[in-house]
Amino acid sequence: MNAPSETSLAAPAIAAPWPMRDKVAFVGIGTTRYGNFPETDSYGLGCEALNEALDDAGLGKDDIDGLIVNRIPTYERFAEMMGINPNYCLLTETPGRFSGVSMALAAQAIVSGAAKTVALVYGNNGRSVRMLYGGGDSQWSPWGMTSPGAIHAMMWRRHMHEFGTSHADLGPVSVAFRSHACLNPVAVMHGRPITLEDHAAARPICEPLKLLDYCLINDGAVAWIMTSAERARDLRRPPVLLSGYARQDAFHYGSGPADDFWYPSLSACRAVYARAGLGREDIQGLGIYDNFSPTVMFSLEGLGFCGQGESGDFVREGTLQLGRGRWPTNTSGGHLSDSYMQGWGIIAECVRQLRHECGARQIPDAQAMQYICATNIAQSAILRRAA
Amino acid sequence: MSLATRPKPVIDNWNRAFWAACGEGRLILQRCRATGKCFFPPAPVSPFTGRAEWEWIAASGTGELWSFVVFHQKYFEGMKDELPYPVAMVKLDEGPYLLTNLDGMTAGEARIGMRLAVRFPGGPEEVLLPQFGPAEAG
Repeated sequence: MNAPSETSLAAPAIAAPWPMRDKVAFVGIGTTRYGNFPETDSYGLGCEALNEALDDAGLGKDDIDGLIVNRIPTYERFAEMMGINPNYCLLTETPGRFSGVSMALAAQAIVSGAAKTVALVYGNNGRSVRMLYGGGDSQWSPWGMTSPGAIHAMMWRRHMHEFGTSHADLGPVSVAFRSHACLNPVAVMHGRPITLEDHAAARPICEPLKLLDYCLINDGAVAWIMTSAERARDLRRPPVLLSGYARQDAFHYGSGPADDFWYPSLSACRAVYARAGLGREDIQGLGIYDNFSPTVMFSLEGLGFCGQGESGDFVREGTLQLGRGRWPTNTSGGHLSDSYMQGWGIIAECVRQLRHECGARQIPDAQAMQYICATNIAQSAILRRAA
Repeated sequence: MSLATRPKPVIDNWNRAFWAACGEGRLILQRCRATGKCFFPPAPVSPFTGRAEWEWIAASGTGELWSFVVFHQKYFEGMKDELPYPVAMVKLDEGPYLLTNLDGMTAGEARIGMRLAVRFPGGPEEVLLPQFGPAEAG
């Protein structure tokens, strides 16, 4: 791990109109039930989600000529099971940063003519197989350092030191997302509201983080169907366009906590507004990758919703909570309270918000949504409802 | 509670010399010949130039506490008796960070920015694990 001051960043993401702006659309969304399903697996769940997405779009599996599979063990077996022989097919890496990467790859495939209609399928049975996020041999295991949660705990302790934030500052994030889950009948944590006191009193996992700062682990699957904006006009659902996407990687701390909170690379992703041709004020809600509550704070600071170090003040009065604040975020409940679908479910929720399908958790008149993922592959995307 | 039951390091061609030096109670680092900057974990090339032009140097063994966490969750069978245990992120005076543990002090005594120095109190089998404790004044 080498300090960023000693390691130059690559050129920041290009702040110019995105060549693929509004050219690709989401036309089908499928999400399975979420929970513990030992009777199936990621293949079975992936097939369920894909069929729901096809039905949603009014398409059949033979309309699919591109396939991107994630967290399902092999693309080959999945395609064999579904009887799909596409022109374009790949399996992307398992970390959650690859939901956004997969979305961008599908857009590239569609715009470049590699495929017309791409199905993206994510399936996870981590709950029923008792998947462990931590342990095992690594560079740092002799010192007992392991797990993504510990990396975020290390970063948040430093953030507390540098900026005067606290563990309590994370509470409004967990409480807001749980309140959204209570509006979402299919969320894992539906019907189980929490308070700031519950957040403070939760069992410590890796201090300073406690249980309610951690995402869930559950089974489930998500599928999206993407095609050209032109084709989308003839399909069943209101098309949701991918207006802009920005990405900046930073791997100089790849084997440990990021000593800069990913701030430089997230800042570079502010180019997403220029790329999409939309300003922050044109956006009604957010989808933020929330594997741990601090990631939300790093995302808000990095993308410039507040100054660096000010996220505690920014979220305190319910800014992220639907019906209370300007920036309703993760309206399904997110990874903390809906389902741990590694970004796939959060992007699906953005699409549903823009179709105005969200019922009790609908953001009034949602026209554009922004997705943010704070990690070594920092990303942001803007989706909008087609006029 | 003992370091003898800790997970063993994963030895590869790049970190073998580092662990051999630890076994003799010495902390060493790779230093880039072109820039004079050190890096860790051990690698075939300098991340500052991308070239295989580096040398091993004896590190000062001192640095400051950048951050720390306290594990309550059991991830390693051999560390269950140490729970809850701290992991410290130490910025060495040469630049790189180490993720390590506190020795001779508790997490309650840890203060970010405090000066720390390396020591080698034990480890699994023939390995000696670098740990960090309060640096001697002066």
